[in-house]
Amino acid sequence: MVESRAVRIALRVVSVFVMTFLYLPLVILAIYAFNPSRLLVWPPTGFTLGWFAEAANNPAISVAVVNSLIVGALATVLALILGTLAAIAVHRYSFFGRQTISFFLVLPIALPGVVTGIALRTSFVTFGIDFGLFTIVVGHATFCVVIVYNNVVARLRRLPRSPEEASADLGADMWTTFRRITFPGLGTALLSGGLLAFALSFDEIIVTNFTAGAGTQTIPMWILAAIQRPTELPVVNVVALVLVTFSIIPVYLAQRISGGAAAGVSR
Amino acid sequence: MSTPTDARAGPGTRPGIARRLAIWLHPRQGLQLRLLLAGPLGWLAIAYLGALAILLLNAFWEKDAFTGRVEPFAWTLNAFRDLFGHEVYRTVAVRTLIMAVLVTLTDALLAFPIAYYMARIATPRVRAMLVIAVLMPLWAAYLVKVYAWRTILQGNGFMEWALSPFGVESPGLDEIANSWLVLSYLWLPYMILPIYAGLERIPNSLLEASADLGAKAGATFRRVILPLVFPAFVAGSIFTFSLTLGDYITPDLVSDAKFIGNVIYDNSSLGNLPLAAAYSLLPIGIMTVYLLIARRLGAFDSL
Repeated sequence: MVESRAVRIALRVVSVFVMTFLYLPLVILAIYAFNPSRLLVWPPTGFTLGWFAEAANNPAISVAVVNSLIVGALATVLALILGTLAAIAVHRYSFFGRQTISFFLVLPIALPGVVTGIALRTSFVTFGIDFGLFTIVVGHATFCVVIVYNNVVARLRRLPRSPEEASADLGADMWTTFRRITFPGLGTALLSGGLLAFALSFDEIIVTNFTAGAGTQTIPMWILAAIQRPTELPVVNVVALVLVTFSIIPVYLAQRISGGAAAGVSR
Repeated sequence: MSTPTDARAGPGTRPGIARRLAIWLHPRQGLQLRLLLAGPLGWLAIAYLGALAILLLNAFWEKDAFTGRVEPFAWTLNAFRDLFGHEVYRTVAVRTLIMAVLVTLTDALLAFPIAYYMARIATPRVRAMLVIAVLMPLWAAYLVKVYAWRTILQGNGFMEWALSPFGVESPGLDEIANSWLVLSYLWLPYMILPIYAGLERIPNSLLEASADLGAKAGATFRRVILPLVFPAFVAGSIFTFSLTLGDYITPDLVSDAKFIGNVIYDNSSLGNLPLAAAYSLLPIGIMTVYLLIARRLGAFDSL
């Protein structure tokens, strides 16, 4: 079927409209970050970098950034290990309950984040576990594992088995085959899965709110608290812009690295 | 046990422990599998399924009226009595469900044209760019996007500036319609990508066959394209529906309406864990039914 000219033009117009809709809020936010006015009034009144300096000198922000980096790194490492192990097991072995396992592995992203959050919170309270960075990491790892798992399973499906078999035939043991054949084959899938997991962790708030104690703040938590304080809004704009940049860049890189294979929406 | 590896170790090279372990493990497939699965399954069992089980239990446990502590294994139906006894919990549930349906339909309507454009009209170069452009906001900066909408919607914001020439006022930050707009915005990429993938999978030959058999463009669209892309709609709707069902930050930041997530979060912060736990069984139940239906409709193949 060849779409008529009118249909094609209409589709193009709607597409431009939808893309504008998707990016306009982020553009507006970026512009506000350079606006000298203390008030969020459109249009902006000028240009300044002053709020960036103010944000950089705010100790609460620095602490929150460090917390977010630590949590992101730990959750990503945990996800890389557990997600890869699960992916290899599900893909390379056939066993009873395989379908069930892959279903349960994706459950943390199919159920709303608020469910993960309240489930973990009740468990921590029930077992008397103190809230802190550790509990935040646990919360983030639940969905980060899924991301890595999806990426690695997708790659394993496309990797041919023959090089591994050849390696075994030539006398390499399991570790050698894994180190020199399987792992390099998974390399970019792990990298893009890790980047996505980090990006997700870095700006996560729905689950984090439940699993962070009163004393620990991540960068999204700082933003959420600061939104309620009108005097801090210019600094919030700056931090928000930095956060969006640091979570969009890993996503972009992950996309480029995996050549679009990470396109799975499964979050 | 004799494997080729033994023969190749060569004279004078003693195989290391790792290598000997590998050789020992080689024929033991079951053990390999158990070792691989121990970590991930242990994790899943403790950190996720275990937590869900504790959540379920908490819904039936007594909360001490004075200390506010939950008494493990002190069974009661108080939380459920509270939930069923107050009209507000039903109102909130219905409101959230309607919103989830509205957002899903809105996203389906907005997503289809651009997905169609990406899959069937755009050049490969433009298509690749659009896929990345849709993916980036999908993964990134949920909170920042909600905050950006707050700055747009509030008085003296971008929307007032853009609409005041037409005599329309700023909607402010109270309207529930704001939540509809912002949630539709947030989850739109989750709908675009499955539909795009679904459309891309339809072979051209089917559409040509339809045209050869005399179907006009409209008929081909209704009777070939739509049925084939329907599972992709359902796949996308899992996300738009589930994410709306559980959100508690957006409704709070851009409107003054309470959703299911707000009741859960507020009660959890106030220390009423049994009530929060009992209420969270609602989204769990709804999503379980939703996922079962979605699987029936073939949506899982389109994920």
